[in-house]
Amino acid sequence: METPTVSLKDLFQQEFPRIVAVITRQFGVQHMHAAEDIASETFLAAAETWGIKGIPANPAAWLYLVARQKAIHFWRRDKIYRDKVMPVITSNSVSEEELDFSEEHIQDSKLRMIFAVCNPVIASEAQIGLALRILCGFGIEEIATAFFTNRETISKRLLRAKDRLRQENIQLEMPADQDIIPRLENVLHVIYLVFNEGYYSRTQDQVLRRDLCLEALRLCLQLTTYPPTNTPATNALIALICFHASRFAARQPEEDTLLLYDEQDSSQWDLPLVRQGMHYLALSASGNYLTSYHLEARIAYWHCIPEDSTTKWEEILQLYDQLLTIKYSAAGALNRLYAKYKVAGAAAALKELLELQVPQHTDYYLLLGALYEQLDTEKAAKAYQQALSITTIPSEIQLLEEKLKNLKK
Amino acid sequence: MKEFMLLFRQPSYDFSQTSPKEMAELAGKWKSWVEGIAAQGYFVNNGSRLDLAGKVLRPGGVVTDGPFVEIKEKLGGYIVIKAASIDEALTLAHGCPVLEADGSVEVRPIYG
Repeated sequence: METPTVSLKDLFQQEFPRIVAVITRQFGVQHMHAAEDIASETFLAAAETWGIKGIPANPAAWLYLVARQKAIHFWRRDKIYRDKVMPVITSNSVSEEELDFSEEHIQDSKLRMIFAVCNPVIASEAQIGLALRILCGFGIEEIATAFFTNRETISKRLLRAKDRLRQENIQLEMPADQDIIPRLENVLHVIYLVFNEGYYSRTQDQVLRRDLCLEALRLCLQLTTYPPTNTPATNALIALICFHASRFAARQPEEDTLLLYDEQDSSQWDLPLVRQGMHYLALSASGNYLTSYHLEARIAYWHCIPEDSTTKWEEILQLYDQLLTIKYSAAGALNRLYAKYKVAGAAAALKELLELQVPQHTDYYLLLGALYEQLDTEKAAKAYQQALSITTIPSEIQLLEEKLKNLKK
Repeated sequence: MKEFMLLFRQPSYDFSQTSPKEMAELAGKWKSWVEGIAAQGYFVNNGSRLDLAGKVLRPGGVVTDGPFVEIKEKLGGYIVIKAASIDEALTLAHGCPVLEADGSVEVRPIYG
């Protein structure tokens, strides 16, 4: 019972974006919502029929057949409506029989969909939400969990985003060659955010978080199938995701525990993923542009080398120096100081930390505590207590309590 | 033992709110419900699933399109089971997933 349910979920999740992309390509972006309904309705029919009769030999073909029927029906109804309401048929009226579920057409439609959804005309949060729904096939509930909010908020956000795409008359087409690079920049950014949402999410749902990261990886890999979007930056982002994802199991071995880098069991690292990351890192090393993904990928690469060495931390420190000049962030600045500590010692890092103008979140106090541990146990305890008074995340609370307990020893 | 047809009627779902995960769970529910009936030896045949859209022919050659808005619950499919009595057949109908979706199961004896 368990196994088929799991694989059906994967199948539905994989087929959702494909069916939505092909139907939206046919009917236009203004009918994206209808395409979602048709896909869901198709799965509903499958759930009942397969539940009773068993899963057919080629489940995807079955789904496409039913989706096609439902789409044709929708189209006929909608056409009647438009014929009555608007006597003039618009030029995008297409023959319904053209709905094409060949592998090539699916891939092409999905690529176009990536560019339609990751569109700066809608707010960045909405782009991520829509990407999760339309490109990755997540349910509203799951997206709400990932964003730590409720489904009403997400539903409204996605509806607004789809309205906006309709108002802006966004077409499902690839940008012209000269526009690809700037548009791709935004696409990569959205994928990066999807990955972050999974990797650093506040939700405790482990499976969901891993799925988010894997979906981000899948989207990137999709971009490598089309030469104009298979850029060094795309490959760098893939490498970055692979390296980070390889430490997933080691970083959070159990639901409520979060292990800092120093404490991770490196035998838990996923070596095939590390190797895949190295492959893409090599591919990313071309062209004239050094992106933040390149630097972050190299930083992540060094973190996958288990042996501590001076070279390792010096290299990481330099990469952070470069990264902060092209993309400054508080988290990056704190991470840089951790490398500084490894290279130059706790006192040097502490001096810079105390001068740093960053918001004093949990991460700030965690680093402060770690540095003080080498210098002044009492101040270390004070820093961890400060962090405890801020955080509400169970895994962080556990980590901090553990640290305080160890200090007393 | 007599044969009974179990007809599934279901209201229109709000599809956009259902995730692939929930759909997969639904398939599991149908499977275990049907398997439960089969395991007790009451299963006759697995019937057919119907598309929820179609056309209706009325007297005088009047043809209307589905969905049939005037009907609250649409016929979605059926299976055939056997049971000693209609009450026993009704007992077997319990647990059918359409009930969770605010649908109904209609139990009708089949004339031999």
